[in-house]
Amino acid sequence: MALPKYTEPHYRIWHYIYLTICGAVFFFLIAPLFVIFPLSFNAEEFLSFSDGMKRLDPDAFSLRWYKDMIYGTKNPWGLAAKNSFIIAIFATIGSVILGTVAALGLSSRHMPYKGLIMAVLISPMIVPLIISGVAIFFFMAKAGLAATHTGIVLAHIILGTPFVVITVTATLSGFDHSVTRAAASLGSDPVNTFMKITLPLILPGVISGGLFAFVTSFDEVVVVLFLAGLENTTIPIQMWTGLREQLSPTILAVATCLIILSTLILVTAELLRRRSERLRGINR
Amino acid sequence: MSSETKQILTTDGIPLEVSLKKAEKKNKIKAFLLVAPLLFFLIITYVFPIGDMLFRSVDDKMVTQMLPKTFKAMENWDGQELPEEEVFAAFHEDFIKLVEDKREGKLSTQLNYTKNGFKSIIKKLRRASKKFEEGNYKEQIMSVHKRWADVEYWRAIQRRAPEFTGQKYLKGMDMYVNEEGKIVSVEEDRRIHRVLWLRTLEIAFFVTVFCFLMAYPIAHLLATLPMKYSNLLMICVLLPFWTSLLVRTASWMILLQQQGIVNDFFVGIGLVADDNRPEMMYNKTGSYVAMTQILLPFMVLPLYSVMKTISPSLMRAGKSLGGTPFVAFWKVYFPLTIPGIGAGCLLVFILAIGYYITPALVGGASGTLISNQIAFHMKSTLDWSFASAMGLMLLSGVLVIYWLYNKIVGIDNIKLG
Repeated sequence: MALPKYTEPHYRIWHYIYLTICGAVFFFLIAPLFVIFPLSFNAEEFLSFSDGMKRLDPDAFSLRWYKDMIYGTKNPWGLAAKNSFIIAIFATIGSVILGTVAALGLSSRHMPYKGLIMAVLISPMIVPLIISGVAIFFFMAKAGLAATHTGIVLAHIILGTPFVVITVTATLSGFDHSVTRAAASLGSDPVNTFMKITLPLILPGVISGGLFAFVTSFDEVVVVLFLAGLENTTIPIQMWTGLREQLSPTILAVATCLIILSTLILVTAELLRRRSERLRGINR
Repeated sequence: MSSETKQILTTDGIPLEVSLKKAEKKNKIKAFLLVAPLLFFLIITYVFPIGDMLFRSVDDKMVTQMLPKTFKAMENWDGQELPEEEVFAAFHEDFIKLVEDKREGKLSTQLNYTKNGFKSIIKKLRRASKKFEEGNYKEQIMSVHKRWADVEYWRAIQRRAPEFTGQKYLKGMDMYVNEEGKIVSVEEDRRIHRVLWLRTLEIAFFVTVFCFLMAYPIAHLLATLPMKYSNLLMICVLLPFWTSLLVRTASWMILLQQQGIVNDFFVGIGLVADDNRPEMMYNKTGSYVAMTQILLPFMVLPLYSVMKTISPSLMRAGKSLGGTPFVAFWKVYFPLTIPGIGAGCLLVFILAIGYYITPALVGGASGTLISNQIAFHMKSTLDWSFASAMGLMLLSGVLVIYWLYNKIVGIDNIKLG
């Protein structure tokens, strides 16, 4: 953003102040994440940079905490990772199916009481998590689903569907309904039309909603804290326990893996967004 | 007459109007059937349980069911003098039954909520009741402890007769019903909940302000830079957004600890002495810093999406009409961003007011919020009805903000549009 040549000096100064402020805010946003990387390779048991690390001495770095994460005898990370992935995958599938179908109905112009129903459907996103946690716990306890995978999956479907509903409804708002009518006039039944025409066109919205649902479930700790037993421990629960009791470098190794995972998710989401923008651009 | 002759018929002889209505109704049902699975799923697993919280928060059947005969006998008691023998006898009968079921401990816990001092006298009564003789229970019970001869305690029992009570809500605001039946506040040094409510509002408010002040310039930069630079910088916003909350909290725990990098830096530039490193974690500062950074993307994204739609030619027009850049910004650009500001501030405030994880980890005792208190009563004291009451108080606050936002920002939108 170059300034025009005729800019007066005091605006020029003001412009550089503005850029400095922006730089500082970006630094504040992103720098904390990069502290974790080097410290997870620490050879010692401290959570600060040792003198060896400051001198970039290769002996001060090691993979011992990564080894501990994978092979450590008392480490619960294996079970936690397995549970987290199973729960997140099933919760994502459930959220995507329920949310997409509901979004199809919501974006029909015949839908009665649209505002009220939309408010109910996205309420799990607005209600503070702690309240959702208490309410869902009461339900699961009554239904006998507390401390089961099923219970946690259902809870995460509740929390994940609003994202799917919102992203898919947004995609459908730019959707040209004449293509489905064309399909119907050519003799296609509604299910076939949906699978062959509608779904491919709204797929970017569905997938990005699914990513939101996946991350929501994978990162969710408040509701699981109420619901989980020892068998249902997840990565966030283990991190929560670890951070409360004793901050060991193993947690940083896990955190590094999670940052890599979120980078992958970010890249996928961005590519999808651009693809969807490009597709819409061609349509217009 | 004329309307009937003009009526259009479809091919199967039904008037078009009727046929259209039928089709419309069919479409409505179709649309509703698509929404129905999710709607009913949420109503059963989510909306009803929140209603269940409401019921739990006012439900007070426990004591009513433990002392049925006592409350029946108390119906004729005016509460002025000590009750008659009839009440004492009924109480004795209820109490013996409770001791048989080993439930007198629960009774003492419950009555202690109403008035302090019941725990010990119920223990004493249990021991003494084994040697009680038939008849004249009033004398015998009163001789166990002098509090049993105090009319205040009998009034306290009587206050637990109704099946429903609002006392958990009063307790959430540090109030209670005193002996005369008036609603009063507890002593000043015991008003822990009011402190927590105020602190929750304070932290949520200032975190929203900080987020706004930091997000506005960078959202503006992102919206005005050419695509290839802004996409790169956008990663700085989106990577934290997609990263686990616990990972980000962990990074702040490392940064803010006493031997941490932030403190090292302050010592390095000579701001603080090495032996006098400030505590930046386990207090309010920790909550402020970590929550601001974690919630910042939620402010940047709505602001960015609004700023992206503002044409740069508007600012140029403002300047060409004689406005300085500041005037053009303040009179043209800023008002156009108000919907984004509203959306971002609402989102951050609502998220901050219900925050639990981060304050619990970096907030210490002085940086915890109302959510932490709710979790404490859910998990530690097991006073679920109190947790429900506080949860619903928080929820009603959030809903009021949401409603206000719809009203205020909605109206402004129309004016600006």
